[in-house]
Amino acid sequence: MKVSGSDYLVLDKEKGVWVEDPEQIVRDDVEKHYWKHVGLTILKDWRLYIMLIPMILVFLFWRYFPMYELLGSFKVDDGAKAVAEQYFKGFSNFKALLIGSGTFGPYSSQFWQALRNTFLLSFYGLCFGFPMPIILALFFNEIRSNMARSVYQVLTYLPKFMSTVVMTSLVIMLVKAGSTASNTNPGIIAQLLVNLGIVPQEAAQAGLLNNPAYFRAIYQISGIWETAGYDSIVFFAAIIAISPTSYEAAQIDGANKWAQMRYVVLPSILSTIVIMLITRIGSMLSIGYEKVILLTEKQQNAVLTTAQVVSTFSWAVKADNPGIASAAEMMNNVVGMLLVIGANTIARKASNVSLY
Amino acid sequence: MKRRLEVSELIFKMISYVMLTVFALCCLYPFVYAVSASVSRKEYVEYSMIRRYEDVKEFDAEGNPVVPEDSGKAIEYIPVQKTDENGAPVVDQAGNPVYETDADGNPVTVPKLVYSERAQLILFPKEVQFDAFAWMFGQNVFWNAYSNTLFLTVYGTVWSLVVAVLGAYALSKKRLLFRKFFNFFLVFTMWFSAGIVPQYLNYIATKGVFNGMGITDDKWLVVIAMGMAAMNIILLRNTFENVPSEIEEAAIVDGASEFQVLRQVFIPMSKSTIATVALFFAVSRWNGYFWARQMISNPNEQPLQVYIRTKLDELTLSENLSAWRESYAADSVIYALIVCSIIPILVIYPFIQKYFAKGTNAGGVKE
Repeated sequence: MKVSGSDYLVLDKEKGVWVEDPEQIVRDDVEKHYWKHVGLTILKDWRLYIMLIPMILVFLFWRYFPMYELLGSFKVDDGAKAVAEQYFKGFSNFKALLIGSGTFGPYSSQFWQALRNTFLLSFYGLCFGFPMPIILALFFNEIRSNMARSVYQVLTYLPKFMSTVVMTSLVIMLVKAGSTASNTNPGIIAQLLVNLGIVPQEAAQAGLLNNPAYFRAIYQISGIWETAGYDSIVFFAAIIAISPTSYEAAQIDGANKWAQMRYVVLPSILSTIVIMLITRIGSMLSIGYEKVILLTEKQQNAVLTTAQVVSTFSWAVKADNPGIASAAEMMNNVVGMLLVIGANTIARKASNVSLY
Repeated sequence: MKRRLEVSELIFKMISYVMLTVFALCCLYPFVYAVSASVSRKEYVEYSMIRRYEDVKEFDAEGNPVVPEDSGKAIEYIPVQKTDENGAPVVDQAGNPVYETDADGNPVTVPKLVYSERAQLILFPKEVQFDAFAWMFGQNVFWNAYSNTLFLTVYGTVWSLVVAVLGAYALSKKRLLFRKFFNFFLVFTMWFSAGIVPQYLNYIATKGVFNGMGITDDKWLVVIAMGMAAMNIILLRNTFENVPSEIEEAAIVDGASEFQVLRQVFIPMSKSTIATVALFFAVSRWNGYFWARQMISNPNEQPLQVYIRTKLDELTLSENLSAWRESYAADSVIYALIVCSIIPILVIYPFIQKYFAKGTNAGGVKE
């Protein structure tokens, strides 16, 4: 037994001598037999650990192994060497994307464009898509009849349950180009917009989705159509949690509807709004690739100047240059993760509520 | 005391009703339009010109038909179809109509006013026909796609749910060693995802492994490798954590094993969350498209969503459209497919809606 070192000696005040600390001996013992202790605990509860195995494997194989594939972003294509040796060849792919020179010039300009589009789609979503659910929730709160409210809720949640394919197919069909071959007119919404004077006839005839000028608007409006109703659930729950006495107190003080909104409802749901806003900012760079690919796949390439986001950019270049594709995703995802963690930290500081 | 409705309150209430009605109708409109367009006459769906015939009402002194001035109509002589004694049109053996002939064998014709009008389908179906549905139901590929989607939904949901419930149960136990690490292992995947290209390479590699193991049906790859979501596991874990530990201890004292505790205590006590999570899984499986399209190489194994998209791509090509000679519009086929794919969701939707609201509210999670 080790007795050197002051940790192990404590002063016995009654006898006035230094003796070994019994607690430290136990601690020492636990440390010495740590893995034995772990083994025994696991053995005692082995069923619990068996239950964990499928989940661990699923996440390991199909969530963590792809992250290993991301290391391909450090790879420089060199067919002569084995794949493992090609890893960690430096940052040339990143440099090619960010600065771009020579043969990498087109990649670089496309990447910056994609990054800009990703940011702008998110930003417009924040400006137009984010307030909609809050407004809807305020409206829902005014509907006193449960029956009527359920009808409104059922109808507005509905688009959320459609698949991206169905949703984008409807969008494509409703704004599709008119065809001269079969003498048909553009889709019904495109015609409506022409009649309202919002878009020119030629643009509608050529197909709104072929036109880079309209992509962002189509993306945002279809996004609001799809999610605004469903996203209002959270805000509506926050509003109905407000105690009726708050309203009564405000009414006694002579507050009209607007004053109640301003001084009762908004302060009460502010923390929910802040949390949702921060979450949204946190996921700014993760624009869903599925919707963008489906909306633009069969359209003219011109639309990609506003529609291409980072994930679809890397999807498009993956066959030509997998290293460049991985590097683009790597940068997007690392910045995205920093945003999420930053957002979560701010949310925790602001409201003592952690999102994860 | 009955409170007087204030003016400001009344105004806000009215605005609420109006705006909600407008928004709800906007949400609904594309679906109603899809249904209408799937069953309407071809010309209405295509917004093309439709030829109409009208009986001649006026004749001049010589018995010649009179065309009303400035009506844009024209006279056309239409052969008269033969009818039997019951008034039903007569057809020959090939199914072609037989026309009346006079004594010399010349066809009998009547004058008709003919004009064109632009067909407009705004909301309600016009001249209902079910030809597009009939064509679709006659396609083997459609039924194949439908059954593939059912396969993916049923097996995928069961697999995801089993993995999630077992994992969440283990994670909910305070006595689990390295619990913090396992939680982080899960939550990290919500912060950082590899992205589509690495994911794609990974699935390709998995497919190779599966094929090497003798699993050549790619549907199993989709079932097993895809559709897991950390969020759902956390939802379940939080629910399991709220089950009172006294009940668990009582069950253990009664001699229940870990699996029995899970099956007979935790699952019955968390039924509604499990239902919510199962629905999340099921809807995402039913709607799954992108990876199924990338990974399932045999066209007969593709799910419905992929079939819809393939048909859309095929039927919006202008060379296919100019060769289109069917009695229904090409668009009607797409709309009919969309309608068929959302009917199952619409049928169960009223029942599951409250669960979704619940799941979303439970989403404010903490670690």
